[in-house]
Amino acid sequence: MAISDDEVRAIARLARISIEEQDIIVVSAELSQILEFVRQMDAVDTTNVEPLAHPLETDAHHREDKVLESNLRDTYQSCAPQVQDALYLVPKVIE
Amino acid sequence: MSSYPETVAGIATALAKGEFSSVEITRYFLDQIAAKDPRLNSYITVCEEYALAQATAADSLLATGRAGPLTGVPYAHKDIFCTKGIKTSCGSRMLDNFVAPYSATVSDRLDAASMVLLGKTNMDEFAMGSSNETSYFGPVTNPWREGTVPGGSSGGSAAAVAARLAPCATGTDTGGSIRQPASLCGICGLKPTYGRVSRFGMVAFASSLDQGGPMATTAQDLALILNVMAGFDERDSTSIERPDEDYARALETPISGLKIGIPKQFFNSELDADVSAQIDIARAELETMSATCIEIDLTNMDLSIPAYYVISSAECSSNLSRYDGVRFGHRCEDPSDLEDLYCRSRREGFGPETQRRILVGTYALSSGYYDAYYQKAQQIRRLIREDFQHAFADIDVILGPTSPSTAFNIGQKLNDPVAMYLSDIYTTAVNLAGLPAVSIPVGFSDNLPVGMQLIGNYFEEAKLLQVAHQYQNVTDWHRRSPPTTHSVT
Repeated sequence: MAISDDEVRAIARLARISIEEQDIIVVSAELSQILEFVRQMDAVDTTNVEPLAHPLETDAHHREDKVLESNLRDTYQSCAPQVQDALYLVPKVIE
Repeated sequence: MSSYPETVAGIATALAKGEFSSVEITRYFLDQIAAKDPRLNSYITVCEEYALAQATAADSLLATGRAGPLTGVPYAHKDIFCTKGIKTSCGSRMLDNFVAPYSATVSDRLDAASMVLLGKTNMDEFAMGSSNETSYFGPVTNPWREGTVPGGSSGGSAAAVAARLAPCATGTDTGGSIRQPASLCGICGLKPTYGRVSRFGMVAFASSLDQGGPMATTAQDLALILNVMAGFDERDSTSIERPDEDYARALETPISGLKIGIPKQFFNSELDADVSAQIDIARAELETMSATCIEIDLTNMDLSIPAYYVISSAECSSNLSRYDGVRFGHRCEDPSDLEDLYCRSRREGFGPETQRRILVGTYALSSGYYDAYYQKAQQIRRLIREDFQHAFADIDVILGPTSPSTAFNIGQKLNDPVAMYLSDIYTTAVNLAGLPAVSIPVGFSDNLPVGMQLIGNYFEEAKLLQVAHQYQNVTDWHRRSPPTTHSVT
C-alpha cells in the first residue's frame, strides 16, 4: 500500500502539520509501511458485521440541562498564549 | 532497604498506628527521588513543597481520627492527569508550558482520599509508545537494567514504583500502557473495564480505548487504589453508572474451582521461549490451587494490532486537533498567518511518533479510505469482542503473557514503528473489547522481570485481583526489587 508524496502533502495539509519538503520521502515510506501492515485486516471477511464504536455499546448518559458551574473563562484563558479583553489573539485573518 | 513498609497497605496500616508520620514517609520518598531519579528519569515534575503540605494536612487528619483508609500514603501520578496549578505535560513539548487550570476527576479523588502527590511521572508523548522513548523529556531507564526500556506509555510510573521511588502510581492504558510497563518493570498494573475510571481531565489519546488504572507492587494495593480511583463521574459521558464496590472484597477467597482459559493464539512464534516457560510455571502454580485450565480460541486475536492502530490513530487525529497554538499549549514564534500558526505550532509541538499517528489517522478517516480502514477496523473490533464473549461463557479468567519479551534496549525498536507496535500484541485486544486485565510479575528471564496477564469479563476486576492476590500469597516474585533499590543513600 504505497502512498505517494502528493498524498502525504494532502494529508499533512488536512492534519495541519507542516512537513519540510526534504522529509516527505521518509514520511511517505513510514506511512506506506504502517498502512501495508494494517491492511492485514483485509484477510478477514467482515460482510454484514456491524462496526463497533464503543466497547460496551452503551449510550452516553445525559444530565439535566441546568447550570452547574460558574463562568471560569478567566481561569481557562490563563494558559492561553495570547489573550486580550477575553479574546484569543491570532494573526490577522481578514485584511 | 529502608525500614519503612514497601506496600500501600503496609504504609497505611503503619500511618494509622502512628508508627511514623505522613511527613516522614513523604520526606523519605522525596529523598529517594532526589538521590536516584537523575539516573532513571522517571519523574517529569517533583512536587516537593506541595507533597509536604499535603502530608502535613494528612497528619492532622490522622491525629484527629478523621483519616480514610489511604490518608497520608504517597503516590506518583502519570503526567497525563490534569492537576490544577501543577504542570501537566503529557510527555510533550506541546504541553511543556501547560499548567492545568482544573484537576482531573482521578486527581480530585486521590486528593479527597488525602493521598500525597509526590510528582508527575514521565511517559511516552500523549501516551503513544511502548518504550517511553517518545517522551519530550527523554527516555526512562528500567531500574532492573540500565539502558533497557521500562515499557510504555506509563513507563515513568512503572519505573518509579519498581525503583521504590513511590509505593504506587497511576497509569493509563489505551493498548497496554499500564500492563506492558508493569510487566517489564516487575510490578503489578490493572487496566479496569472501560468506563470504570473517569476520563475527565485525563488528556485524551483514543477516547474509546483510554482507561486509567493503578500500578503498585501487590494485587492488594491495586485493589486499595482502585477503590479510590474508580466510580461514576457525571463529567465523563462514557463513565459507567454502577454502584461503587469494594475491589478488595474477594482477595482472601480461595480460587479452587476457578476455570482458566489459555488462548492458543497467545503462545505463538512471537513469544520468547523463556517468557513462555515462566508463564507455564505460574499457570501450574494456579493449578496446584485447584484451578483448571482449558485451551480457548480467540480466532481474530492476530488482527487486534492492525485494528487497534487504525482505530487509535483515527481517534488520536481527531482528539489532537485541539492543539492549535491558540487556546493553550505551544505556539510557534512569529506566525505569518493563521494557517502558518496552526501548521508550525503543531510541527514544533508534536514529536515524530505523535505526528506519524496523526497522519495515519487523518488518512484512515479521509474521504475514500474510511471504509477500507476505519470501518473495517471497527468491524474487526466487534469480531474480537465476540471471541472474548464466547470464551467467557465457559471460563472465569484468561491467562497469558503480558508482553512477548522482557525489557528491550533503549533505541532497539525506535526506528521501526511496526516492530514497536508488536510489543503490544497480547494487550490491545483487551482495550478493543473494553475488558479488565491485570499484569503481575511471575519470574525472571536473564535477570529481567516477566509479567503474566489475567483478563477478566466485564466488571470482574475483583475476581482478577483475587486470583492475583492468591497467587502472591504463595509466591514472592512481587517482593523482588531491583538491586539498586537496596542501598539507601
